[in-house]
Amino acid sequence: MADLVCEDLNMAFTNPQTGAVVEALKNINFTLKKGELLSVLGPSGCGKTTLLNLIAGFLNPTSGRASLGGRVIDGPGLERGMVFQQGALFEWLPVSKNVDFGLRMKSTDPAHSRQLVEKWLDIVGLQGFGDTPTYQLSGGMQQRVALARCLVNDPDVILMDEPLGALDALTREKMQSLVLELWKETGKTIIIITHSVEEALLLGERLFVMAPRPGRIHKEYNLQFAERGLSETLREIKQDKEFNEVREEVLTMIWDMEEEIMGRG
Amino acid sequence: MVEWFSDNRAGFAAVIVVLLMAMFIWSIVLGRKQAVLTAKDEVFGDPQRTRGGWYWALSGVATLMLIWFYFSWGIGRAYFPTAANEMCQVAKLEEVVSPIKAALPIGSRYYKSTLLVARNSDQLDTVESELPTDAFTIPEQAKLKALISKVRSLIVNSSDPKNLSREATKKLDQLVLQLNALSMELRGGLEGFSPTAKALAQPKWGTTHVEIPILPITARGMLFDGVATKAREAATLFRKIRNHPPANVTIISDVKARIAKFKKVNASGKFDKKTDADRVAYVKAVERIFRRLDDGTIFPANSLDGVNGAIAGLDAARDHARGSLGTIEAIFFPGIGVVKSRTQCTEQGSARWLPKPMDVIARFLKLANPDIEGGGGYKGVPLLWWKWLPVADLVDFVTPDWIADLWPGDYVRHGIDGTISPNFKDRLLNFARGDLYLGSIPALDGHLWDSVFRVLIAMGLGIFLGVPLGLFMGVSRFFKSFFDPLIELYRPVPPLAWAPLILTIFGITDDGKVFLLFMVAFAIMVISARTGASGTQLSKIRASHSLGASDRQIMWNVILPNALPEILTGVRIAIGVCWGTLVAAEILAGTTGVGFIENIARTVSDYELIWVTILIMGMLGLLFDLIMRWVIDKTIPWRGKG
Ligand SMILES: Nc1ncnc2c1ncn2[C@@H]1O[C@H](COP(=O)(O)OP(=O)(O)OP(=O)(O)O)[C@@H](O)[C@H]1O
Ligand SMILES: [Mg+2]
Repeated sequence: MADLVCEDLNMAFTNPQTGAVVEALKNINFTLKKGELLSVLGPSGCGKTTLLNLIAGFLNPTSGRASLGGRVIDGPGLERGMVFQQGALFEWLPVSKNVDFGLRMKSTDPAHSRQLVEKWLDIVGLQGFGDTPTYQLSGGMQQRVALARCLVNDPDVILMDEPLGALDALTREKMQSLVLELWKETGKTIIIITHSVEEALLLGERLFVMAPRPGRIHKEYNLQFAERGLSETLREIKQDKEFNEVREEVLTMIWDMEEEIMGRG
Repeated sequence: MVEWFSDNRAGFAAVIVVLLMAMFIWSIVLGRKQAVLTAKDEVFGDPQRTRGGWYWALSGVATLMLIWFYFSWGIGRAYFPTAANEMCQVAKLEEVVSPIKAALPIGSRYYKSTLLVARNSDQLDTVESELPTDAFTIPEQAKLKALISKVRSLIVNSSDPKNLSREATKKLDQLVLQLNALSMELRGGLEGFSPTAKALAQPKWGTTHVEIPILPITARGMLFDGVATKAREAATLFRKIRNHPPANVTIISDVKARIAKFKKVNASGKFDKKTDADRVAYVKAVERIFRRLDDGTIFPANSLDGVNGAIAGLDAARDHARGSLGTIEAIFFPGIGVVKSRTQCTEQGSARWLPKPMDVIARFLKLANPDIEGGGGYKGVPLLWWKWLPVADLVDFVTPDWIADLWPGDYVRHGIDGTISPNFKDRLLNFARGDLYLGSIPALDGHLWDSVFRVLIAMGLGIFLGVPLGLFMGVSRFFKSFFDPLIELYRPVPPLAWAPLILTIFGITDDGKVFLLFMVAFAIMVISARTGASGTQLSKIRASHSLGASDRQIMWNVILPNALPEILTGVRIAIGVCWGTLVAAEILAGTTGVGFIENIARTVSDYELIWVTILIMGMLGLLFDLIMRWVIDKTIPWRGKG
């Protein structure tokens, strides 16, 4: 039972100069069962990254707590892997060394880690790129390396902060399929943050639409498009009538929020 | 080989100059052609326009070399190997005649007499107007005025042609005759002149150290040499001519008597201190002017016109006799020409401090010759060579002597029969002192190696200690704040400002210089490692945390490689700065090293050697930088692509 549970999470940043307090997150409560795929949407500044950082253990909440499988999160850990927007690869290492970084830190037997690296490079479609320097890879390939680097450690939860934000439309669609495949095959719990409503709907089994000031979960959806994405092509789903209806609804919601912010600001 | 090159360097220069000219012209032609070809599809200001263009680099190098050859007289010597010797003979004549010229308008614009009259009249006026009325009685003042006017009359008498003594007139005429005879001789042609065997046996210009051979080796040189010797007589005669008008003789003895009288009164001791000082000073001032006027060096102006004309004639004859040499000198020997002083003839102007390229190479080859007994190296040390280094010396260097003190027991004492049998503790001490034979290993040796070695040791220490500290300062609040004041306080001080202090503490041994360089390298390494470490992207750090890396693993596997570009750039800068500092430190103190050579060369005005050291340092600095650039390209290909 490795459920991810957030109870009354609060996160407030205090500007040390002005003393002004920003309530980045207020009273966040949710439970994510093992193997669920959650996507998070929301206007800029509503606390999405903050939420992810809390779960990853990079930040400590002001109050409340997040726990994974009953263990309170109080720092970064192997069981929670993170994929960043820009990959955050180690450019001085070739692809395979990037991927087996976590294994080397654990001093895993080299022969075993070589196997694992082979396997994961294969899965993300980068077979034969093991010795390539990462700076010679395209953006999409870099994101796949980052994914493999995270997965090779076999984490329980994968956290992704706008992982596909910097990719072109075509690569992006391929990567979305890859994420869905991985989700199906590994059965991992995944949280993915995105700015694209379409992406959130396609990938999310559950979807949180967050609202800013204070950062909170505005509305929650349960969707079946991710399930369908495993068998149908994403293009087909995007033409689905229901898909478009939900998309319009969420878009309007976010538009309204943005307008409110503008008006206030 | 070296000797052969040395002896034939003028010939080499001749060939090289032709090659340089050909290269210069060829590269310009090529460059023009390329410029025409690419002109139409290029936009001014586009940085791409600066790419390539090796032919311009070639013409640049050729220009530089030709300028060097030209202004160092390298071209002149290559094609006119005897010219400087002839210039030397002309210079001999100039040297002899110069005292005569200096007294005449031809050499100094005014007659020396005119200048004397002007100066002394001025001073007499001043003295007269400054007569201290409170120090002298009224009658005395009148007497002094009379005295001054008597002195003034000396000038008047000397300037009147009527008063010129017959003897002076005679001697001046004689001088004119002598000078005219010299002119005649100069115009008489080179027939019958030939150099002596001794002169021909002299080393040629540019085969010995520097000198221009002083004995004439051409017919023209013989002519000038001979005339110069004869001109010496004329110069002596001129020096002896004096103008003592009969009227002045009585005035002089009268003035002397009057001054003596005043001095006597002054010495009587009946004046108070201040009056006494004023009186003595005033009489002395008058006497000083008088002394300058009683030696007969003022002539009536017209009386010297003949000599002035004769000297002008001699100059014309000189130019006539020089013939083509004048043109050659004007074109190929820029500067002031050759000047003869006492026992040697030397190049003047740019050629004095800018040695000829061939001489620099010859000097370098001599310096680089590892055969010390054969005159190679410098001050008994080769430039760069190897030697057998006793292993014991190394042991001595790494093991401190006090290690032996730690061993229990006492050192041995001499026995009752005066014998000594060392115990283990003694042997330990001998070992620590390197007092035993452990075999030898080959090691590099020489001035150049010493300099490089100092830099390398200092750099090694600087990197070894500075990089870890810098990395920690980049990630730790304590390290940053604790060490910041220390480093920021000593770093801005120019290294050479530390040099006197450090060299006094450590003496002239290597330690001081290495420590000075270490200070330089350390600060640079700390700062660059710190910049590199603190520039690590937060997401990379977070990623490695999520991947299970410990703090130490992150330091070693993420922060260090991430800082590597900055660190290597730091090394590159530090090597450059160390190299600059080292040479200056070696100039301050030391017994080996490139800077040391330059310093000694400076004190003996060995311009060739100074330039050799300058070029060596430039080349080596460039080499260091190229190596570092290569290392940076090879080791951190990801630089700027993260
Ligand atoms: N380290 C911090 N210090 C102070 N305030 C912060 C800090 N990190 C985030 N905030 C504030 O918290 C709020 C939420 O930030 P967060 O980065 O979580 O937004 P986000 O939803 O990820 O936005 P985006 O979609 O633009 O990435 C913002 O108002 C931001 O200004
Ligand atoms: Mg964000």
